[in-house]
Amino acid sequence: MNTLIAARGITKHFGATKALDGVDLDIFAGEVHVLLGENGAGKSTLVKVLAGIHSPDAGTIEGHASLAVIHQELALVPELSVAENLFLNRLPRRFGFVDRAEMRRRAPELLRRVGLDVDPDAKVGDLGIAQQQMIEIARALDKDAGVLILDEPTAVLTDTETDRLLRIMAQLRDNGVGLVFITHHLDEIQRVADRITVLRDGRSVGVLGPRATPQHMIELMVGRPIDEQYPRARQRPGTPLLSIQGLTRRGVFEDISIEVHAGEVVGIAGLVGAGRTEVARAAFGVDAYDHGTVAVDGKPLRRHDVQAAIKAGLGLVPEDRKGQGLVLTATVGQNLELVTLDDRDQSRLHDIAGKLRIKGRVEQPVKELSGGNQQKVVIGKWLLADPKVLILDEPTRGVDVGAKVEIYELINRMTAQGRAVLLVSSDLPEVIGMSDRVVVMAHGRVAGELPEGATQDQVMALAVQEIPA
Amino acid sequence: MSTISIRKYASENGALAGLLVLALVIALMQPAFLNAQNLLNVGVQAAVIAIMAFGMTFVVVAGGIDLSVGSIAALAAMVGALTAGPLGLVVGALCGLVNGALISYGKLPPFIATLAMLSVARGLTLVFSEGQPHETDAVVTFLGSNLAPSLPLPLLLMLAFFGVTGLILTRTNLGRRMYAIGGNEEAAKLSGIDVRRNKLWIYALSGLFAAAAGLVLAGRLGSAGPQAAAGYELDAIAAVVIGGASLSGGVGRATGTLVGALVLAVLRNGLNLLQVPPFWQQVVIGVVIALAALLDSLRRR
Repeated sequence: MNTLIAARGITKHFGATKALDGVDLDIFAGEVHVLLGENGAGKSTLVKVLAGIHSPDAGTIEGHASLAVIHQELALVPELSVAENLFLNRLPRRFGFVDRAEMRRRAPELLRRVGLDVDPDAKVGDLGIAQQQMIEIARALDKDAGVLILDEPTAVLTDTETDRLLRIMAQLRDNGVGLVFITHHLDEIQRVADRITVLRDGRSVGVLGPRATPQHMIELMVGRPIDEQYPRARQRPGTPLLSIQGLTRRGVFEDISIEVHAGEVVGIAGLVGAGRTEVARAAFGVDAYDHGTVAVDGKPLRRHDVQAAIKAGLGLVPEDRKGQGLVLTATVGQNLELVTLDDRDQSRLHDIAGKLRIKGRVEQPVKELSGGNQQKVVIGKWLLADPKVLILDEPTRGVDVGAKVEIYELINRMTAQGRAVLLVSSDLPEVIGMSDRVVVMAHGRVAGELPEGATQDQVMALAVQEIPA
Repeated sequence: MSTISIRKYASENGALAGLLVLALVIALMQPAFLNAQNLLNVGVQAAVIAIMAFGMTFVVVAGGIDLSVGSIAALAAMVGALTAGPLGLVVGALCGLVNGALISYGKLPPFIATLAMLSVARGLTLVFSEGQPHETDAVVTFLGSNLAPSLPLPLLLMLAFFGVTGLILTRTNLGRRMYAIGGNEEAAKLSGIDVRRNKLWIYALSGLFAAAAGLVLAGRLGSAGPQAAAGYELDAIAAVVIGGASLSGGVGRATGTLVGALVLAVLRNGLNLLQVPPFWQQVVIGVVIALAALLDSLRRR
């Protein structure tokens, strides 16, 4: 076995916290090596040490292969063309000027290696996120990177895009590239992993083979047995708390009717682009709509008015945690009080932070928290406002398994108190496991509704349905 | 105090440490700096910029910028001299409201909206004054006077505005919202904060503070000039930035801005005492601003 990189006893401190504690990691040529762990387990720090961004406090790294990291935030220039991005920093030149012809000649070959069929002259900003990712991978390959580290690349991809990425990864592996793959999706791991290094609290707690079961992975990751992944506790539904009737926004979604009763969790499933987030935002008053009504507890809401929606008892946890949910420059406490600024009772802040089991002090900057704890802060600011209906848009995206279960328990607690939850999620097992009913959207319309206990196949069958215009 | 809390203290008060070092160096080179009368002078010199910079702090914390404060100060002082002081304050607040409306409802970038106001307010000052300086009345002149031989009113006003700014930033909903809007406008909106209406008030406050600064300046000089306070907006921004606020929003404190304004005043005073030629003073001040920003950026890494 050809070892490309051998890291031994890597230790790294940040102030008083030990981010990595004696981690060993081997990367072989021709393998997909998954790094698995909860948020804050040390995956990102390890990647940064390998990439030379952080220098370790102790330990050695031996390796001959050059290494490229594809971060979640892509390092492309949106205003430049595909070809220019591919050769950024080493643009071919002729007489001191950029040699466009040469660039155009060499680009297709590179793009072919990642199975990408785009015009080299296209502007990168006009491409989808999946294509942009492929361009970064192609660029790394052109630099003869022997080791490619992919940091949660699938978090932003649709299922088909993920399939394509996993295929390309398998192909690169067969060509002898060593791939390090970070993902929270256990099914993806089962599909491509050759070896899995599990990190917990900065230590490597085990290296598993490709046949590891999800149960085994989860238990290693959280360090304790997990009884149930989706602990939904059903309530008897009460009066309708949220009723969306015939909601239409031309060209985006059409004739959406959804009713959520007290004590109920209604899921909205569908492919990316089906219009789920758009419906959630319109119902909450962030965006306008053309027809239809939204009522909370029987009271119709004014269109395009977030303040009115909140006053009526509606809340929204948006899908983009950092972009829309959190004020990253502020502390945990300042984020928690955002919705309930008029409430001067500070003791409730500490109370809710404790209840949510947020790891971090109320005075701590929220950006120092892990993704799961950050998400609990976003949910917490709404729990303080005690809305009648809470819309959760991808509440567990980028959240580790342990924190996921805690978020599910929060959903249970809300419905036990007679509140209602509308759960928008692309995670099929989650939306099926945590919802009492699942509404499936396709092409901006409601494609159908499934009762509790629906299968993933049933949901997908509705989600991919062609609806006649 | 443990090492960690000392380090934390120093990193949160980098500007204060800088101010003390600066004062120490100047005092060593020219002991007259520490003369009580001179220190009072420094305070008075800092007052106008500080009051203006407190208003700027609101805007910067909320993620904006206000280039019009120098012109608004001149316009308010001129209106105050031609009519009555309080009317100058009203005019200043109104100019700020117009800035806020252009930014909130007209969706103009703050840089552009306030750049336009910089020109409009200065132009109106010239129109109203017909290009001539005008004497201030007793009320405005009083603002620049001494209550007692060693009790200059501008200094007291600066401290009063400092207190009010701290209160607004830390103890009022408007203040808390400034941090939210500057830190992440989208998150603020989705949390039910009326971002547009709040911006109106924020820029109005900046206009009001600039007007107050203009009146204090006119009071000290005993007259309002058509070119008064020209370029002061840059000093105000510098004071806010030296004080540790971030121009990308969400970060900034009243204490920092006060220290920032004092740094500028101490520097000017010290350079005068050391008889550095005025042309070179500008160079030194620019270097200090760059150093302060550099230190801050190093500290954040």
